[in-house]
Amino acid sequence: MKFKGTDTYVATEDLMIAVNAAMTLERPLLIKGAPGTGKTVLAQEVARALGKQFIEWNIKSTTKAQQGLYEYDAVSRLRDSQLGDDKVHDISNYIRPGKMWEAFTADESPILLIDEIDKADIEFPNDLLQELDRMEFFVYETQQTVKAAHRPLVIITSNNEKELPDAFLRRCFFHYISFPDTETMEKIVDVHHPDAKRELVRDALKIFFDVRETPGLKKKPSTSELLDWLKLLMSEELPEEVLRSKDPSKLIPPLHGALLKNEQDVHLFERLAFLSRREQR
Amino acid sequence: MFTKFFFTLKEASVPVTLREYLTLIEALKAGCAEYSVNDFYYLARTTLVKDEKNLDKFDQVFGHCFNGIEFISDGAEVEIPEEWLKKLAELSLTDEEKAEVEAMGGWEKLMETLQERLKEQEKRHQGGNKWIGTAGKSPFGAYGYNPEGVRIGQKESRNRKAVKVWDKREYKNLDDSVELGTRNIKVAMKRLRQFAREGAAEELDLDDTIRSTARNAGFLDLKMRPERHNTVKVLILFDIGGSMDDHIKACEELFSAARTEFKHLEFYYFHNCVYEKLWKENSRRHTSFMPTWDVLHTYPADYKLIIVGDATMSPYEIAYAGGSVEHWNEEAGQAWMERMLNIYHKAVWLNPVPEKYWDYTPSVQMMKQLMTDRMYPLTIGGLENAMKELSR
Repeated sequence: MKFKGTDTYVATEDLMIAVNAAMTLERPLLIKGAPGTGKTVLAQEVARALGKQFIEWNIKSTTKAQQGLYEYDAVSRLRDSQLGDDKVHDISNYIRPGKMWEAFTADESPILLIDEIDKADIEFPNDLLQELDRMEFFVYETQQTVKAAHRPLVIITSNNEKELPDAFLRRCFFHYISFPDTETMEKIVDVHHPDAKRELVRDALKIFFDVRETPGLKKKPSTSELLDWLKLLMSEELPEEVLRSKDPSKLIPPLHGALLKNEQDVHLFERLAFLSRREQR
Repeated sequence: MFTKFFFTLKEASVPVTLREYLTLIEALKAGCAEYSVNDFYYLARTTLVKDEKNLDKFDQVFGHCFNGIEFISDGAEVEIPEEWLKKLAELSLTDEEKAEVEAMGGWEKLMETLQERLKEQEKRHQGGNKWIGTAGKSPFGAYGYNPEGVRIGQKESRNRKAVKVWDKREYKNLDDSVELGTRNIKVAMKRLRQFAREGAAEELDLDDTIRSTARNAGFLDLKMRPERHNTVKVLILFDIGGSMDDHIKACEELFSAARTEFKHLEFYYFHNCVYEKLWKENSRRHTSFMPTWDVLHTYPADYKLIIVGDATMSPYEIAYAGGSVEHWNEEAGQAWMERMLNIYHKAVWLNPVPEKYWDYTPSVQMMKQLMTDRMYPLTIGGLENAMKELSR
């Protein structure tokens, strides 16, 4: 079974190879890329396309590797012991399985997404090395070994806030989602807004890439922002001429709030609009 | 199988290991690439490259190692030039001209030249992957049937296939050293983290709770402890004015990144070399300053010292009393530098001037010597090394 993108996700050729290679060799796949290029969505779509169970583990700055395996709820056991609860004699009552445990014991090999691994402490990936390699771990409290019956496909995303340790990288396949070119972008828009009028999309894309090329923008709009903006444009049912007008006084794209997320960028854009208006005179 | 490729990658300082090479072979055996060069390229990239800053290096090595074999193994590549040829034919060639082309080595030769030209153009300027060849320089002009040159790229997809993916070198600007964004700086600075538990007790200390509960004859006694925080302390001195004006942007980025990264960050400005005065606001440098002695006494030795400056000045400014360009300094800059370094053992100098120019400026050499070689260029690579030095 091969991943070829879905009706809502356009996968480039190199991405497909990376996903399929990771699946064939049962190694984790590390996905990096600018925000808004569809890193997280990829895992969901792979799961959907292959009809597999999807397990998501969101990492925060306080997340510990152990939490993904299991947690021993010592406090509630202590409390139960004070209350004389019978549960207290079996320690396994207080072992809470984490997301990796869940993925290892699934009936069919699931897709496990470890989202934004770089948010966690710098040692986090190292703590998961053995677990991801052998797909098994040992529960000290109950002296049992949890081993994956079917090795899950692990997809890991990173926003590059922290460098990942070499030993970790060696074990992964790596894919960098670069910003899509016009052609791919048209496909992506097509998939998300099939009812959009062709002309509207073409004009909007042109404006979008123009905006991206404006020098000095603090944050360039990304794919997800383009999709939002298109949704807005369509719901507003703007006349097509608005987008196509070459009149510099209307240089600011309509509903630009969806594209430019930074006050300074909006100012910059307005200033550029003002300048070009003056040049025309 | 691809041993030469593997070692060329290593030579080009792409960090590859045997383990990854074996993975690649394993993946090939499992049929992940299905015998097309493009697929092989993608597969090799996903197994061997683990950081986007190495993608460009990888593309170059790949283009170098596998140059010339793609026409034999990839059918799709051959078709494309034929498409171009059809377009060329539309340009009304006379039979004589066609014969002339044959004489020059035929279409294949022509297409080879075209490929070469595309590659050269890629190398020379970054953005130029759309149009090739204008008047005069185009190989086609030389053959004499299209003085304006052949424009390729009207149809994006065809163009894309013609230029091999790796020859496009799309990842050029992700390559290391050149570009400094605050994000990259922050990543480099993360190396400087030192965790310690300070402040309000908010986290459950399980070990302590169990211990004290046991001591308490089984009655639950919860113990809390503070969360871990980054406690590294940093003192940054920025050279400002004069020759540093060229590097304002890089310094700004460094400063804004450092500011969010470190809780205990102190900064001061100086001009060219550290003397008896430092200041916090450049506009009021003559009225509100801080004697360097006070700075040295205020911040204890566990601060890490980062000096940012181009160290480009007259050697007198470092070596002699009275050498400063703006005021009379009683003591030589050298003396002040030594004083600082005696207190702050963890110290580095970051120089925004590219490393290759350092040798041409005597003062840079002197400063480097004073810093006992702990001078690093203000690039991602340099910053990383500097942070490594500081956290040693």
